[in-house]
Amino acid sequence: MKWLSKKVTCNSHGQDSSYFLGWQEYEKNPYDEVRNPDGILQMGLAENQLSFHLLESWLSKNPDAAGFKRDGESIFKELALFQDYHGLPAFKNAMVEFMAEIRGNKVRFDPKKLVLTAGATSANESLMFCLAEPGEAFLLPTPYYPGFDRDLKWRTGVEIVPIHCSSSNGFRVTQSALEEAYKQAQKNNLKVKGVLITNPSNPLGTTITREEIDHLINFVSAKEIHLISDEIYSGTVFNSPGFISVLEALKERNLEDTDVWNRVHIVYSLSKDLGLPGFRVGAIYSNDDTVVAAATKMSSFGLVSSQTQYLLSVMLSDKKFTSNYIAENQSKLKERHDMLVSGLADVGISCLKSNAGLFCWVDMRNLLSSNTFEAEMELWKKILYEVGLNISPGSSCHCTEPGWFRVCFANMSEETLRISLQRVKAFVEVESTIASNSNSHRQSPRSSRRRSLTKWVLRLSSHDRESER
Amino acid sequence: MAIEIEQPSVGLSRVAVSETHGEDSPYFAGWKAYDENPYDEVKNPSGVIQMGLAENQVSFDLLEEYLEQNLESSTWGNGNSSFRENALFQDYHGLKAFSKAMASFMEQIRGGRAKFDPNRIVLTAGATAANELLTFILADPGDALLVPTPYYPGFDRDLRWRTGVKIVPVHCNSTNNFQVTPEALEDAYSKAQAMNIKVRGLLITNPSNPLGATIQRSVLEEILEFVTRKNIHLVSDEIYSGSVFSSSEFTSIAEILEVQKYRNAERVHIVYSLSKDLGLPGFRVGTIYSYNDQVVTTARRMSSFSLVSSQTQNLLASMLSDSKFTENYIRTNRERLRKRYELIIEGLRKAGIECLKGNGGLFCWMNLSPFLDKPTREGELDLWNSIVQEVKLNISPGSSCHCSEPGWFRVCFANMSEQTLEIALKRINDFMEKRKRSWLLFSNL
Repeated sequence: MKWLSKKVTCNSHGQDSSYFLGWQEYEKNPYDEVRNPDGILQMGLAENQLSFHLLESWLSKNPDAAGFKRDGESIFKELALFQDYHGLPAFKNAMVEFMAEIRGNKVRFDPKKLVLTAGATSANESLMFCLAEPGEAFLLPTPYYPGFDRDLKWRTGVEIVPIHCSSSNGFRVTQSALEEAYKQAQKNNLKVKGVLITNPSNPLGTTITREEIDHLINFVSAKEIHLISDEIYSGTVFNSPGFISVLEALKERNLEDTDVWNRVHIVYSLSKDLGLPGFRVGAIYSNDDTVVAAATKMSSFGLVSSQTQYLLSVMLSDKKFTSNYIAENQSKLKERHDMLVSGLADVGISCLKSNAGLFCWVDMRNLLSSNTFEAEMELWKKILYEVGLNISPGSSCHCTEPGWFRVCFANMSEETLRISLQRVKAFVEVESTIASNSNSHRQSPRSSRRRSLTKWVLRLSSHDRESER
Repeated sequence: MAIEIEQPSVGLSRVAVSETHGEDSPYFAGWKAYDENPYDEVKNPSGVIQMGLAENQVSFDLLEEYLEQNLESSTWGNGNSSFRENALFQDYHGLKAFSKAMASFMEQIRGGRAKFDPNRIVLTAGATAANELLTFILADPGDALLVPTPYYPGFDRDLRWRTGVKIVPVHCNSTNNFQVTPEALEDAYSKAQAMNIKVRGLLITNPSNPLGATIQRSVLEEILEFVTRKNIHLVSDEIYSGSVFSSSEFTSIAEILEVQKYRNAERVHIVYSLSKDLGLPGFRVGTIYSYNDQVVTTARRMSSFSLVSSQTQNLLASMLSDSKFTENYIRTNRERLRKRYELIIEGLRKAGIECLKGNGGLFCWMNLSPFLDKPTREGELDLWNSIVQEVKLNISPGSSCHCSEPGWFRVCFANMSEQTLEIALKRINDFMEKRKRSWLLFSNL
């Protein structure tokens, strides 16, 4: 008899993908300014480290929040015992205010429709459990966050059917792509229960356009299916055209309290906007009472620590803090984004024009030896092992076109970003030298590469082997 | 609160609309009565006293004292992680200092009679998440876990709801103090086979909820023999292990495995939590300890759906690494729980009520079967209803715990002050006196 469940042996946990392999290599040889300056730079982790100083300064001015005190009195016992899956009321109120503020108060949220979960990872999975049976499907635009393969499919048994987007129109979701995906699902006998979009997009770093949102609303209305809008990066929009929340779009079309209104669900989290992935704070927002009721009970399997709920309820209730934070955070993100984009442009590498997120969607198609995913993997490995940058290959995000990479810019210091750009510059120069050499000298690519590799890169390769733990 | 659904909402899953979450059961009427009229020493002295909540409130002063003397533990820097480091830490291996502290705390609770390797510890947001996660790993939809009755009502949701796994009860009764017997195990296994259901494991709670008693060593050995013979898993939920009144009376399955030099250990998994022993249910700290490498690896990956807040790990790493604190806490907590237990047992005895002999946990298993109008589930629910409405105590009827004998009730004693407990006992005493008088009256007609 089989010993463990099918879930143990299937691959849906996704940990054999390159997304995780790059991470592993980084763990073996991580860059450190002082101790390991030739190590691998982690540019595959979408973390926001740019605004910690704001959080730290707030914490030092408000010690009671982390010290279990309210108005000078200890509430330790109250918090320690609080495990109500409806969540700490003060925290939910603060969350919905924060979410509204991020949306320029164009949308208001009802705390009773908010369900707290241990991170967006938990929220997305719970929504699948609520909205789909095992074997049913959700449509997702590609490229998408690699973690969705685990979060949406692993324990739920739900399938993902991709909505193919291409660079020909900036990876925008089109009406025909939606229809095509739906047909594909039907062909495979998969019942489609909904569409899940990430807005702003991971990995593209773009906010959805009004046109796209309209297509989506029309599509889910016509097909009578759900729409999940994962808006965990909503606070990272740093440039025009600005962020349109799906609820805002529905309001503008006078679709409040209609059937489609009740089939739209939002996922939020404080992991990206506030840079607190360790604290496990996620949320589901739904206008459907049954979804809220079911998701609330399910949240028992992933409640947010009351200690953390309290700390953040105090922080997010501080309006002076939140308005300053949102503005400064956006401005710092823009600075970094611009630095990465211009640095890459200097060496002839372009990025998809983006206005949000913690990463850029970088076009390295002209560095591919051929227009194939094998070539993309080859390039990825070169960049990982020879250049010493862990970036995410588009194939790990299910991109249909080879040559695109997601490069994170907000999880390191400015100096480190500068170093990564120098490494890229050196690499591009070497690659173009190889390209011109192999055209004119017809020597084996490997030997000419060895000759033209700078001493610096050679040193890096041997160092990699030595420092493998 | 009961959810009224007239018809399933269009487009939701069966899981979403099913009742397997268990919250529409009649037992919620007790909670409702409490919510609508909660006892308060000052503001509502005739309100309903909550005796259905297995919380440990007897040792908070020790925790608060620790926090006052160790302010840095709830902050960052000063030997802990910096805020930045902590806020970013989402590694499902858990904070190293915390896993280590958990392992050593679990060892201390078992008087050093078992060793725990921090590398086998998987952290989850509470035992609720741990039990569900283990079920996902050990069984496929449609398979079953055997669970001895009476058992914690939450298992119906935790083990079955989203997993699609079934529970097949192992019936225990009062003839032998509700202990698990090899016959009962075989009987349950055969019943499952007869229904074409594949049994993947046995889940025991030790000390037991709701019995408030530890499982004897000989019974644990029989259980281990049974699961080995059937080649199934054993999950030992030991979340009340630190609440056994006397350390020597608790035998963990870990101890037996150690003596056996871990033969057959790869089928055993232990669940622990800080919700009961430390009284911190709000902080969501649970753990799976497995002797099976594949289970550890998979559980770790799955724990992504229910990680423990790194802020909380940071706080508790300090606290649980302080062996002076933990030793004192464990000892004092046991002692206070024992005193509470003796208080309630004595009070109930004076009222003419006997309880199962217990030695751990936050509740006692009270026998009201002699006082049922009918020896049936209905009789039990009638009596329960009187207790909730007239005596104004919310206690848990045995049928909510799937007990096969009517008339038993779980009564919690650690989630209130001593004064409140005295008041509850007085109310019970008065109720029993009144019944005695009316019975005497009736018998004299």
